[in-house]
Amino acid sequence: MNNLLSILDLTTEEIDELIEKAQDIIAHPDYYHEKCKYKKLATLFFEPSTRTRLSFEAAMLDLGGKVMGFSEAQASSAAKGESVADTVRTVGCYVDIIAMRHPKEGAPLVASMHAGVPIINAGDGGHNHPTQTLTDLLTIKCEKGRLTNMTIGLCGDLKFGRTVHSLIEAMSRYEGIKFILISPEELKLPNYVKQEILDKKGIEYEETRDLIEAMPKLDILYMTRVQRERFFNEEDYIRLKDSYILTPEKMTYGKESLTVMHPLPRVNEISVAVDDDPRAAYFKQVSNGKFIRMALIMKLLNIK
Amino acid sequence: MNIDGITNGLVIDHIEAGKGMELYNALHLGDLESSVALIKNVTSHKMGKKDIIKVDEVLDVDLDILGFIDPNITVNIIKDNEIIGKKHIELPKEVKNIIKCKNPRCITSTEQELPHIFRLTNIEKRTYRCIYCETEAEHK
Repeated sequence: MNNLLSILDLTTEEIDELIEKAQDIIAHPDYYHEKCKYKKLATLFFEPSTRTRLSFEAAMLDLGGKVMGFSEAQASSAAKGESVADTVRTVGCYVDIIAMRHPKEGAPLVASMHAGVPIINAGDGGHNHPTQTLTDLLTIKCEKGRLTNMTIGLCGDLKFGRTVHSLIEAMSRYEGIKFILISPEELKLPNYVKQEILDKKGIEYEETRDLIEAMPKLDILYMTRVQRERFFNEEDYIRLKDSYILTPEKMTYGKESLTVMHPLPRVNEISVAVDDDPRAAYFKQVSNGKFIRMALIMKLLNIK
Repeated sequence: MNIDGITNGLVIDHIEAGKGMELYNALHLGDLESSVALIKNVTSHKMGKKDIIKVDEVLDVDLDILGFIDPNITVNIIKDNEIIGKKHIELPKEVKNIIKCKNPRCITSTEQELPHIFRLTNIEKRTYRCIYCETEAEHK
């Protein structure tokens, strides 16, 4: 059975193929309008997520397919205590493919063992969110025309941010990638990510606390949110939070060719005044998210 | 200290000192009707000190459990007072329901009937990770 549970499920060739397909969909949307006619996608969201769920649904609708599902556990039999296995076994009788978000880590793996139809992990707690990573890769490819030879700045919460770890894993597969890790001491990239991915693959990286100092070197700036609850005390949070807010003033230090990305939703880590800067690509990321999901749905349903 | 030899049974030898009880429990040896001896802190040339378990009955032991707890353990099968076989122990690639995932965010924490499965991810470091949430097993 084809599933996408983690970005590690995909080879680099498969990632490249998905990106290529998504770019073709962007260029020729009409050609794909009926590719999934008579197919059904279930979006099983055991916790709310407006953006990801709508993106999956829009993707299937744009392929001519139909969608059904629920957007919170309370609206499903999970509220009555039904197991993930039983829920997906049932839903698998009605649909051709399932996109699932669940607050518990590993729930999509359990689903994949029982559903009988392909499962896409649309986020399982802080564990994996592979379609976000694919979205990020497509955005980089669209903005830069390549996935090789660039310096990527990752800024904010590098400790708990799953999107960051996953993006590092995915981009480390390509030639000539260098990372600049910009974060407060408290939220530095965990050692296991450095050892297991960066050191193992011999990827060049540097760590800094200073966003402004890093800005001129970057081709990509990937912002994440510094959350109040991650700090031990309020004082540290207040002292640090503004250092990692991207403002038009800080943007003046960046290259003209810089691309600014963010997995969204943002709170205040990118000033709204940056939105009009042509280098801001985070809303294009949202749009790309739909196209890469279209490519993924087709791949998992074996539709050419 | 002397423990009688066994005529027919098993000798689980070269257990790291202190791990004998863990192994005794993991193999459910307490449920057996036959004589079982757990000998702790036996002097050993190779290991300094070791634990030994003698079971007065030939039974099928779960080699995966032994391998997971310590792959250096040896199992000798005794018949008519003689060693007739030695079981080769190795690190199991996967262990099922031997240890439990302690990550409160793991799906196994809410779905009680799921098997707790850990997979070997690093042979040198003997690292096992939960197949659901990838949390490293605390026990080795």
